Amino acid sequence: MTIPSGTRPSGRAGVRAAAACAAVAAVNGLSRALGRGSGTVAGGRVGLALDPGLLGTLATGRRVALVSGTNGKTTTTRLLAAALAGPGGANPVVSNETGANMPAGHVAALAGAPDVPTAVLEVDEGYLGRLLDDTHPEVVVLLNLSRDQLDRIAEVRMLVERWRAALGRVPAPRPGGRGTVVVANADDPMVAFAAGTAPEVRWVGAGQVWHDDAVGCPACGGRIAFPDDGRWACDRCDFTRPGLDAEVVGDELVLADGTRHRIRIALPGQFNRANAGMAAVAALALSAAPADRGPDGGPADVDLVLGRLAAVTEVAGRFSTMTRAGGPVRLLLAKNPAGWTAVFDLLDEAPDRATPVVLSVNARTADGLDTSWLWDVPFERLAGRPVVATGDRRLDLAVRLRYAEVSHDVVDGPLAALDHALGCAGPGAGAEFLGNYTAFADLRRAR
Amino acid sequence: MSRPGRRRLTVCVVYPDLLGTYGDGGNGLILARRARWRGFDAELVQAPSDRPLPGADVYAIGGGEDGPQVRAATSLAEDGTLARRVGEGAVVLGVCAGFQLLGRSFPDASDRPHDGLGLIDLTTRKGTGVRAVGELVATPAPDAPRAAGGRRLPRLTGFENHGGVSVVGPGARPLARVVRGVGNGGGDGTEGAWSGRVLGTYLHGPVLARNTALADLLLGWALAADDAPVGTVAELEPLDDFEELALRAERLEAVDATRPTGWRAVRGRWRTGR
Repeated sequence: MTIPSGTRPSGRAGVRAAAACAAVAAVNGLSRALGRGSGTVAGGRVGLALDPGLLGTLATGRRVALVSGTNGKTTTTRLLAAALAGPGGANPVVSNETGANMPAGHVAALAGAPDVPTAVLEVDEGYLGRLLDDTHPEVVVLLNLSRDQLDRIAEVRMLVERWRAALGRVPAPRPGGRGTVVVANADDPMVAFAAGTAPEVRWVGAGQVWHDDAVGCPACGGRIAFPDDGRWACDRCDFTRPGLDAEVVGDELVLADGTRHRIRIALPGQFNRANAGMAAVAALALSAAPADRGPDGGPADVDLVLGRLAAVTEVAGRFSTMTRAGGPVRLLLAKNPAGWTAVFDLLDEAPDRATPVVLSVNARTADGLDTSWLWDVPFERLAGRPVVATGDRRLDLAVRLRYAEVSHDVVDGPLAALDHALGCAGPGAGAEFLGNYTAFADLRRAR
Repeated sequence: MSRPGRRRLTVCVVYPDLLGTYGDGGNGLILARRARWRGFDAELVQAPSDRPLPGADVYAIGGGEDGPQVRAATSLAEDGTLARRVGEGAVVLGVCAGFQLLGRSFPDASDRPHDGLGLIDLTTRKGTGVRAVGELVATPAPDAPRAAGGRRLPRLTGFENHGGVSVVGPGARPLARVVRGVGNGGGDGTEGAWSGRVLGTYLHGPVLARNTALADLLLGWALAADDAPVGTVAELEPLDDFEELALRAERLEAVDATRPTGWRAVRGRWRTGR
């Protein structure tokens, strides 16, 4: 086990970091051997316990990009990694692909790839400040902020204030030195307010289906209005949507110079086209950073970058298709009201409403223990579709569907629920499976 | 036995743009649906904070963040409709931040006391310990409002998530006694409060999804004849609530199965005053 070449600290600090890295590898190997998970977090925890500065040591000498926000982190991280890696992975990129997005996961990912010069890290919203301080990223992608796991993560405005303070500390990019470029979704006022303190921001109009957490102005407490042209503004102070450097319009990325570039991706849904737009702008920002040139050594080209995104066909099983009883089942993950709303938009992109929809909801620690958010999800939009409720909290779902006046069946166990749905749909028919975090994992494990 | 005195009902969800953080908008939906399923002409109105509050028979106020809570209390006080309608007999359900702002004062984001609406004799300050987060179960107080026919409300179940400590004054009554969780948190083991037809609680879930008897009590108040004495509950035809009852049973069972032991039990008793 080594730490990145050329950046190895000397003396006692170096010995400590090397010992911590060895511990990460040992614990991860042990954890995998014992069959207790993939071992990405356990080793990282031990490493950080031995050397609290380990994350900073492991990040030194690499070009780091961070991706954070409530929804789309994992997908955008994958898309950005694909854009930077190039065809066939010509330029190696390390990433916390398993979705372990807290410092222990970052340590494990980086310790496992000591000589890879580029890192793309998905970051839990609550840890963005720590990652900014420890890894000195060249690019930070900020997607959106909305209510999620309110029993664990802070309310949106507390998070915004913490991001704002942390982003105010990052250095500006300058020739010959390393600074940070923030790529921020200008359509989300919460993100716009948080990123407002950063010295350099590329504003992307990536869209935002969910405005319910952003009506109260984060700057003055006034009221933000969202007109159809997307130029949101506060009714009391001068806080308004920043001028755009790029915008996602349908399946095109429109740059400030007016050029339009097709977003060709294999992932479905407008929210993924938005994620792709953010990833492309981030890849360009990283390429244009003064320290060196594009991912292929030359200046990066937006169409070249966008073309690489088509290589991503699924993200940790999300958007993938499994076959059950001869029928195709599309697997979709949604964790919070904004995410479920976006997935309902995706379902509505197909005209057919006869395909059954299996909904699976758990409320374990990783999901948030409170299921009240189900009442913020517009389940009314499923009316007319065959719906099956499952998961640990299928009874919460059932009551919510009753008041949405959506007829439904309740079945214990994700596979039994799928079989029930497919049985109702007839031979050869498919189904859609929508689960929140651990419910999705349950199905992937069970099949 | 009191028959409903009216056929029309307006349910208003107060400021969902400010106080819609914790899914409590579901309470308004549940009330409107349960009235409509019984053949009443029920209208559900979502009232945004930038317009005058409409006149309604039932107001449902939900939980929210500190800044929006202050803004909501200020707007409601300036608007004046809610207090006027309460004087005319309207029913109010306040949850969490919406409960706190019905009281005399509550803390703002920087912990300074902010004026509430004074519709319940209740004072809230910031708690000193960790936030109260988790399942909350409470038994209605003996003098808590009774359902139609004088029946006692069954145990209340929900999920709490708040940092406030609320003390019920002599002008109001506690709604229930905490069995599990923290509730009002003032050391007296109480949860929620009520006064006339204004009722507040820390229970999310939303509370009426898991406690349909409470939903029907609020509807019974609102649908009682206009000249009936305060506290009259109109008898409503029963609904087939098998899914709500299954959810209730499952939640109560889950809480019973994880009874705290050791220092957690001691800490829990200390915080709730039991």
